[in-house]
Amino acid sequence: MADPLLEVSGLTKTFHISKGPSGSGRLRALDSVGLTLGRGETLGLVGESGCGKSTLARTLLMLEQPDEGRVRFDGVDPFRLKGKELLHWRRRIQMVFQDPFASLNARMTAGEIISEPWATHRSLYPSARERAARARELLDLVGLRASDADRHPQEFSGGQRQRIGIARALALNPDVIVCDEPVSALDLSVQAQVVNLLDDLQKQLEVSYLFISHDLSVVRHIADRVAVMYLGRIVETGRTEDVLDRPLHPYTAALTSAAPVLDVSRERTGTRILLQGEIPSPVDPPSGCHFRTRCWKAQDLCAERTPHAQPGVDQEGLPEATGPRHGAACHFPLEHTTEGAQLTVSP
Amino acid sequence: MSAGTTSTGPVEQAGRTEPEVALAVAGLSVRIDTAAGPVLAVDDVGFSAPSGETLALLGESGCGKSITAQAVAGLLDPVARVVGGEVRLGDVEMLGLTPSERRKLAGPELAIVFQDALTALNPVYTVGTQLAEPFRIHRGLSARQARERALDLMRRVGIPEPESRIDHHPHQFSGGMRQRLLIAMAVALGPKVLIADEPTTALDVTVQAQIMELLRDLRAEHSMAVVLITHDLALVAEQADRVAVMYAGRVVETGLVREVFREPLHPYTRGLLESVPAAGRGDRLPSIPGAPPDLHSIPEGCVYQARCPMVQDICRTQRPAPEAVGEGRTSACHFSKELRHG
Repeated sequence: MADPLLEVSGLTKTFHISKGPSGSGRLRALDSVGLTLGRGETLGLVGESGCGKSTLARTLLMLEQPDEGRVRFDGVDPFRLKGKELLHWRRRIQMVFQDPFASLNARMTAGEIISEPWATHRSLYPSARERAARARELLDLVGLRASDADRHPQEFSGGQRQRIGIARALALNPDVIVCDEPVSALDLSVQAQVVNLLDDLQKQLEVSYLFISHDLSVVRHIADRVAVMYLGRIVETGRTEDVLDRPLHPYTAALTSAAPVLDVSRERTGTRILLQGEIPSPVDPPSGCHFRTRCWKAQDLCAERTPHAQPGVDQEGLPEATGPRHGAACHFPLEHTTEGAQLTVSP
Repeated sequence: MSAGTTSTGPVEQAGRTEPEVALAVAGLSVRIDTAAGPVLAVDDVGFSAPSGETLALLGESGCGKSITAQAVAGLLDPVARVVGGEVRLGDVEMLGLTPSERRKLAGPELAIVFQDALTALNPVYTVGTQLAEPFRIHRGLSARQARERALDLMRRVGIPEPESRIDHHPHQFSGGMRQRLLIAMAVALGPKVLIADEPTTALDVTVQAQIMELLRDLRAEHSMAVVLITHDLALVAEQADRVAVMYAGRVVETGLVREVFREPLHPYTRGLLESVPAAGRGDRLPSIPGAPPDLHSIPEGCVYQARCPMVQDICRTQRPAPEAVGEGRTSACHFSKELRHG
C-alpha cells in the first residue's frame, strides 16, 4: 500500500466520570488504538455499543483531545496546528451523521445547509454566485434536484435527508469522511440507495471513508478493510473478507456468528457461538484481555497478560489496522483449515 | 382477507395436522386522526398465528406493523381507533370486549414484549414487585408465594444471582437483562399468544442472539404463538415459520418464510430481499427507487405502483386484493404469476 493518508498509533483517551456514591471513575474509551487509512480506501470499524467507536471518530475529527498517541494526517500532526493552519486542516476531514432527522437544522433550506461550511471556509468559494453554483452541483452529485435547494429538511424523506447530509460533508472537498452509522436509521429499501451513492462518490472523488457500523452485511459490502473494536481496543484487523470469513479473534467469530443470516435455502454452517453475558462496564474492564470474561477459550494467561498481536496464519505484526495484514490481539487465536470457515469451537 | 392460513381448527393436510390457530386477524383497519386529517394506517389486514410457531410481521417504518400489534393487544393510542375487522384469540373475539374483560385476558392469554425495555418497566418499583404482580393479580397468590414465582422466572430467563437482584430497580440492569425481565413478565402466566414488537432492535447483536434463543425456548415450553414484529429480514429468515409482509398499511404477501424468501411473489418482497447487501465489495446493490408513500396521499390502485418495476396501467386503477398463490400463500399483486416464472 502506498503512503497512508491517515495514520494513528497508540491513541488513548480517558474520561473522568462521576460514578456516584463510590466516588469518581476513569473510563478508558480508547486504549492504545492504532489504524491507518489509505487514499480512496474504506476502513470499516465494527463493534458493539460502548466499545469506543464514536470516541475514536470524535478524536479523529479533533472534537476530543487524546491523552496519548500519535496522529499523522498526510504527514502532519493535526493536534499541533493552530489558527489558519488548523482551520485549513479541518476542511479535509468531515462527517456524516447517523440520524438524518436530528443532524439537519429544520429552519434552514437544503441549500443553506450545504452552503453553511463555506461561511467558515470563506476562501473556498468567495462569491455568492460560485457558492450557489456549487450548491446546485453538490445536490446533483448526491442525486437530488437543483430545485430542492429551496426546500426544508422536513419536506424530504429519510434517504433524501441523508443525501443532504452527505452533500454537506462534501461541500469542503474533504479527503476523509467519517461515516458514523450513516444508513442504520434508514429503511432497508432506501439503505441500498445510500450505500450505492457512497460507493459512486468514492469512485468519482477518491475520498476515503472511515465507516462505522454495527451491520456486518453493510460493512462487508462497502469496506476494503475492517477493524474490530472491543472495550476501547482494536482486537482484530485485516482485509474485509479475511476478518469476516476467517476471523482469528474469538470475539470477531462470535460477532459474525451472532448476526442472523438471510439465506433460508442453506442450513447454517457450523455452530452458532452464543456468548455468555454482556459487555462488562468500560469503567471497570477485566484485567489482561478485556474479552476473557465472555470467551470460551480463556485461560489463566488471559487474565494476567494483555494480548498483543499474535502472528496470524500467515500474518505478522501489530493489531494495527495497517496494510493488508490480518492479525488479532489474542493469546489463543482461532485456527482455520484450508477450507476456511471451519472454526475450532466448543461452545 | 381470508386465505388458506386463516382457517381455524385442525385441518388435515398431506398427512400432517395443521397446528391450532391461536390468533386470527381478519380485515383489520385502524384509522389515526392526525393534524393533516385522518389516515388509514392499517387497511384490511389479515393473518393467523398458529400455536408453537412464530409469525413475523415484516415491514419498514410506517408500514403499520406496530399499529396492528397495538390494535390486537388493545393498546392503541387515543387518536387511533379500529374501524373494522376482527381479532380472534382462540374462541374469543377481542375487539368486542369491554376494557375489564380484556384486562382479564392480558397476561394469561395474550402478552406483549416491547422494544424499549427501560420505558416499558416501571422505574419506581423493584423488578421483584413488577414480576410478582401478575401472580398477585391473576392468581391471587400471597406476597411471599408471588416472590418465589418471580425468583423462578428470573432464573428461567437467565438473570444471574436472582436472589440478590430481585430487589433492584430496572435502571440497575443492562439493556439485555431488562429485555429478559420484560420477557419474564410477559410469559409469567403462560400466554397463548406472545407479541414481540422489535424485541431486539435496541440491543447489540451478540445479546440479540441470546434473547432470540430465549424466546425460542419459551415458545416451545408454553407452545405459544409468537408474533414477531420486525424490519430485519435476516431475523425473520432465522426465527420465523411464517411471514406477513406489510407495505403502506396493507399485507402484500403471506406464506411460509422458506417459500416466500426463496420465491417472493410480490415485487416489494422481491425488492426488499434484493436490497440486503449480500454481494461483496464493489458490486452494486439493487435498490428500490423512491420511498414509501405518504399515508395521506395513498394512490388509487396498487399501493406499491410508484416504486414497482413491473407497473402496468391496471395497477394505477385497480387495487389488487390478496389472492391465494399456493398452499397457505397469498400475494396482493396483479402479476404474481409472472413473478413465479422469472
